[in-house]
Amino acid sequence: MIRAAAVPVPAPVVLRLEAISKRFGELLANEAIDLELRRGEILALLGENGAGKTTLMSILFGHYVADSGAVLVADSSGALRPLPPGSPHAALRAGIGMVHQHFALAGNLSVLDNIVLGTEPLWRPKHHRQAARRKLADLMGSAGLEVPLDAPVGSLSVGERQRVEILKALYRDVRVLILDEPTAVLTPQEAERLFLTLERLSAKGLAILFISHKLDEVVRLCRRVAVLRAGRKVAEFATADASPGMIAEAMVGRAVAMPRRESIAPGRVLLELADVEVPGGPHGGRGIADIDLTVHAHEIVGIAGVSGNGQRTFAALLAGLVRPGAGEIRLEGRPWPTGGPRALIAAGIGRTPEDRLSDGIVADLPIAENLVLETYKSRRFQKLGFLRRGRLVEHARELIRAYDVRCEGPGQRIGLLSGGNIQKLLLGRVLELSPRLILADQPTRGLDVGAVAFIHGRLLEARRRGAGIILISEDLDELMRLSDRIAVMYRGRLSETMPATGVTIRQLGLLMTGQVRHAA
Amino acid sequence: MRLEVRAHPPRWLVVASPVAAILLAMALAAIPLALAGADVLAAYRQMAVASLGSPFALTETLTRATPLILTGLAAAVAFRARLWNIGAEGQLYLGAVVAVALGSGALSLAPPVLIPLALAASALAGALFMLGPTWLKLRLGVDEVVTTLLLNFVALLFVGMMLEGPMKDPMSLGWPQSAPMVDAATLPRLIGRTRLHAGFLVALSAAALIWLYMERTVWGFETRTVGSNARAAGFAGMPVARVFLRTGLISGALAGLAGAGEVMGLKGYLTQDLSPGFGYSGIVVAMLAQLDPLGVVLAAIFVAGVFVGADSMSRTVGVPSYIADLVVALSLLAMLLAGLVTRYRLRR
Repeated sequence: MIRAAAVPVPAPVVLRLEAISKRFGELLANEAIDLELRRGEILALLGENGAGKTTLMSILFGHYVADSGAVLVADSSGALRPLPPGSPHAALRAGIGMVHQHFALAGNLSVLDNIVLGTEPLWRPKHHRQAARRKLADLMGSAGLEVPLDAPVGSLSVGERQRVEILKALYRDVRVLILDEPTAVLTPQEAERLFLTLERLSAKGLAILFISHKLDEVVRLCRRVAVLRAGRKVAEFATADASPGMIAEAMVGRAVAMPRRESIAPGRVLLELADVEVPGGPHGGRGIADIDLTVHAHEIVGIAGVSGNGQRTFAALLAGLVRPGAGEIRLEGRPWPTGGPRALIAAGIGRTPEDRLSDGIVADLPIAENLVLETYKSRRFQKLGFLRRGRLVEHARELIRAYDVRCEGPGQRIGLLSGGNIQKLLLGRVLELSPRLILADQPTRGLDVGAVAFIHGRLLEARRRGAGIILISEDLDELMRLSDRIAVMYRGRLSETMPATGVTIRQLGLLMTGQVRHAA
Repeated sequence: MRLEVRAHPPRWLVVASPVAAILLAMALAAIPLALAGADVLAAYRQMAVASLGSPFALTETLTRATPLILTGLAAAVAFRARLWNIGAEGQLYLGAVVAVALGSGALSLAPPVLIPLALAASALAGALFMLGPTWLKLRLGVDEVVTTLLLNFVALLFVGMMLEGPMKDPMSLGWPQSAPMVDAATLPRLIGRTRLHAGFLVALSAAALIWLYMERTVWGFETRTVGSNARAAGFAGMPVARVFLRTGLISGALAGLAGAGEVMGLKGYLTQDLSPGFGYSGIVVAMLAQLDPLGVVLAAIFVAGVFVGADSMSRTVGVPSYIADLVVALSLLAMLLAGLVTRYRLRR
């Protein structure tokens, strides 16, 4: 008996992808991909942007139909049955839940409404709601995903919205949960709690497919990792046998060196904020107050914080979208330009927005036009009110080359590019003006390792050149790696800055959740 | 089921789908035509002959297309910026009122002076009529759909008041119509005995200019940017409010020109039924053309052809005139469907 128990019986397979292939015109997005997910298992799916992860998940979830291959899902008795292709309904019925990277929530409805949407019977909806409320309370308690059920989703932060998405899937009693970059917006403590939740859920038998590019968390959370590159599954590791370096190399196809911050003495003072206050408003909800901050040349100042603590208002201020309500801001010793974004750009300030899709680019316009959104009025790009189209195209070609952007050319609609390529172009648009002060707001959110390394390299290069950079980020690794000094934003106040070399992630986490006021 | 954007619509589909749309509309309209006791084939033959079967029929179609091109452009320009101007009908009437005020004897100037002056003044009137709704939208967030739509009725009542009062033609035997335009304010005919007038050329040049404006100029670039993503435009420092204001003025001006063209080129005087809904049909024209200024010309000619053909059909074949309206409506719906099928792919 003891002998028999020592041989672990592998858990039954709940999901199997067999030789999935999908072609879009010239592009082979998926090529003969096999994947197996067992009951109670957390499997990581890794890959760069464009590696085929999204296509594979879309096929699994019925948004696309594979050219060949099959998706098999275990039914309630455990037998594997082919999933009817091309039907999200069938996927839902088979117990597959998905939390997308881009949320599918209705902003004007309450959290509860969003979660129960589509599950409510016409008969006795009120009764159903009370049951739903109870069930959700249980789920929230056990999963550690607190959200105000009656608040409209539109008033929630990005982080909270994601929690709603996870709850929405859990509420539907899924047997397979697919999470697309779930930790991108969480604090370290929240991420920890999510991992605990996922471990607990998997222990209860939930099979989880975890799409991520943060290698350390993948190694920590998952036993197995499957790596996609250029549409093919190039490796499958047991995480116990693989180092993050090996996995990263499998993803990118070559060794990735993360750029390092060299020690440079800070230069002259560029930006001084004293007692600055901005009331809450349309640009980001929470107001900010008592902000004191100094930024020097050759320096990156990191702003940490859980989303929704005033970073958005702070970024709107530095982007020129709102004016300070009180206090003083000086830029290189002169008063802060109050004429909006255009005045800031003219004063040598470069700004990249937090939400690159809604604030950064105009998805329907071609790359070339997007790249002159801030400079189209200059002599270089217009003459007598007419755009100089030849120069626009030539300019776009240069930036595409310099920033190694994968695209069809300057005439392609920018909305069709991957997040990494869009961010490269946005950064290029800002950096080519050689700004002295740069606002980088979540510059690498949702990007893959290769793109992150590239963006970090460019920011560090700007620092070397003499720029001062304010880096607002929720990725603490990024803050620690790039920043000279770090301050934490909590409930609209900014802590004193701390040298990045003398602070731990744990300390930052405590400041971010307001459990301590100052770093020890 | 869902729609997926086609990156590159196949060429055969671009050609085949409008043809299929016309056939579909004809098949559907055949039912009420047959119920009305008409010879369906004869009815369609009459429709085709009357709209493009002869040089004269063709000029009739182009004459009808003239105001539609202008109101279509008015809608296309505004919609590109996501400024929902539903008030082209009212702006058209206001343009017509101003054209009549200047061109029915008040000024005695030579045609080369009077005609451009009257056209410019009408455009200005249409533009100014758009100023209020745009300003309210920018300042107080008032929905411009509501304000522009309601101003149509204000404009129509204003025309009624003018025609019963100060503008009434004393020679009109009591009919509410204005004094006739003087010869110096009348747009010249383009072809001998047809009704096609120089307003058609004005409309064509307007389409070309608007295309140039949208695709080639800095202001057009701003309009397209604001229309596609006003937030990104604001972040980049574009003057979003100014773009809306400018777009509203241009849109109103185009609709005002449409009204001037009708009184100065076709009718010769103003009545309260100057426009059979050209302002509203302009919206359909703009949608058919997918807001492309050059496409507006083709779409307007198509819509005008259906109007002209259906009118003639109901007169000669002797079916009730509402069947003509039905044919028009079905053709437009089928055509919009064809545009959708071309641009999107249906996915299960």
